[in-house]
Amino acid sequence: MQGAETQRETPMGRTLAEKVWDAHVVRRAEGEPDLVYVDLHLVHEVTSPQAFDGLRLAGRGVRRPDLTLATEDHNVPTGSLVIEDPVSRKQVETLRANCAEFGIRLHSMGDAGQGIVHVIGPQLGVTQPGMTIVCGDSHTSTHGAFGALAFGIGTSEVEHVLATQTLQLVRPRTMAVTVTGQLQPGVTSKDLVLALIAQVGTGGGQGHVVEYRGEAVRALSMEGRMTVCNMSIEWGARAGMIAPDATTYAYLQGRPHAPQGADWDAAVAAWDALATDADAEYDAEVFLDASAVTPFVTWGTNPGQGVALGADVPDPSSLPAGNEREAAERALAYMGLTAGTPMREIAVDTVFLGSCTNGRMEDLRAAAQVVKGRKVADGIRAMVVPGSMLVKLQAEQEGLDKVFTEAGFDWRNAGCSMCLGMNPDTLAPGERSASTSNRNFEGRQGRGGRTHLVSPEVAAATAIRGRLSAPSDLQEV
Amino acid sequence: MDPFTTHVGHAVPLRRSDVDTDQIIPSDWLKRVERTGFGAGLFSEWREDPAFVLNDARYADASVLVAGENFGTGSSREHAVWALTDFGFRAVVSSRFADIFRSNALKGGLLPVQLPADVVDALMAAVEADPALQVTVDLEARELRAGDLVAAFPLDHITRWRHMEGLADIGLTLRQEPDIAAYEAVRPPHLPTTAPVA
Ligand code: SF4
Repeated sequence: MQGAETQRETPMGRTLAEKVWDAHVVRRAEGEPDLVYVDLHLVHEVTSPQAFDGLRLAGRGVRRPDLTLATEDHNVPTGSLVIEDPVSRKQVETLRANCAEFGIRLHSMGDAGQGIVHVIGPQLGVTQPGMTIVCGDSHTSTHGAFGALAFGIGTSEVEHVLATQTLQLVRPRTMAVTVTGQLQPGVTSKDLVLALIAQVGTGGGQGHVVEYRGEAVRALSMEGRMTVCNMSIEWGARAGMIAPDATTYAYLQGRPHAPQGADWDAAVAAWDALATDADAEYDAEVFLDASAVTPFVTWGTNPGQGVALGADVPDPSSLPAGNEREAAERALAYMGLTAGTPMREIAVDTVFLGSCTNGRMEDLRAAAQVVKGRKVADGIRAMVVPGSMLVKLQAEQEGLDKVFTEAGFDWRNAGCSMCLGMNPDTLAPGERSASTSNRNFEGRQGRGGRTHLVSPEVAAATAIRGRLSAPSDLQEV
Repeated sequence: MDPFTTHVGHAVPLRRSDVDTDQIIPSDWLKRVERTGFGAGLFSEWREDPAFVLNDARYADASVLVAGENFGTGSSREHAVWALTDFGFRAVVSSRFADIFRSNALKGGLLPVQLPADVVDALMAAVEADPALQVTVDLEARELRAGDLVAAFPLDHITRWRHMEGLADIGLTLRQEPDIAAYEAVRPPHLPTTAPVA
């Protein structure tokens, strides 16, 4: 990977990331990047058209269509499933034509297997420990929750993987994030990762593959682990990983693409050996006390600009003069916020529950628990967008759709939706949202839109109260 | 990719840190299936403000962008690089680049010049004081020069060589095809494929 310039001597013991890396080196030569094999290449409509064009121009084929999987997600209109925008439609049609031409499996809108690229991989069981997984999408880091080395690549690299099933990469540095203690009841993996990013900053992980470890991480479900790994890129890490364990295996076993029979036993033996050796060393280490984390929300325009929900909008003049202060001043102006305002008093227009960060079953269940028997506050637009059609179906089987619609939420089809402004689900200029997605950049959810990143539980409580809230702020029903 | 050896041009100071890819090229532009024409979308939201530095006539012909730390943070969209090059930039200077942006830039003929924060500050101040200051990005020497300022920047020699020769990676990798085939022959059988299962 290009972030790290130095090739480091491997010590006696190896970390999880180093073991996965070493097992995928096709060719190593002094002074050159390693040639690294890719076990799974995920594709979506946005970052692939120019790559397929490149292949055609050079007269090349796709080396391993059987290790490639495509889905439609970013452009999907989650209400109608009919794309009105001709530019969006052309992009989706281009993906369909490319997949047909090169023999790549595609899950199209309306198909039961369709969904956000980072939701369907784990759901199918094609995301497994020890693999290398890439996609032209920065949140590919999500798959690291299974102990895979998974990271986002640009379109030139997408073309490179299509043609060769490999990448030329400089070996990255390693970092451990050790999370001690346990999360308190009502505090989620989203709060944990938002608190972490506020601590380390948006560039804190640059050039590193990060391994999340420690008691609190072991206690997380696979969904919770995916949320944490998903947001690795938001603090600059090249990838985030968690060593596989019984929780990982229980999630995987029986999924359509999981190994079976003797293959399963061989796989588990290989996966068990991936854990970081006791005498391995990381290039950097960060510590976080989970028991001190409380529900956490962002106030600014990058994911590191966050505070506890119980705190106030920070005062830029309390920050050191220079970059950080200027960025905070600009963020407050963009967000239309005044320093000193309690976060809990900030009223929102829209609540978005979904995305590859928090659009899975566990997220929907947790939010439904909060919403059940309550009503969305007057004037609030609240929407639930399942991360995949399978999540949608399962939620409907559990009756969650009823819970949400009876409370006044809109129940949608699967897609990226309001996570980014590429489909009809957007914020209007000046509108404010509480969103379970991963980025609060200026205009991310629509031109002039103002985003507060939150957990599913906080999103649900905010929809009910109309202001940023935790479930504990709601009256008993 | 066009070969790059030494570039001489003017620079524009962008005094912002954490410039994310959603600002460099807003997502609405990502619907396009072409590789060209993204320059019009470069910083399109910010350019609506007449006071934004890219609207300053004194910097109209700038080909080097000098930015605050953590440039290119956010998504993997290579469109950000295509927008910068299409607009006329050949190099970006920052004290820190997001990994994927940096890698994309190197594939797309845009040189990410990483310099210590105090050097970037000095360059920024110099360019603000004199918009006509000549800035030289010398890839061969791995050095940036502007007035009195001379600073070395890191770049591994293979990447530098490819940039200077304008070599495309895929062609080079395909020369290693036997190694790839040999690797594939011994991959563990429990690894999944994406072929549909019943
Ligand atoms: S849900 Fe958002 S972050 Fe995830 S893949 Fe879609 S656009 Fe990207």
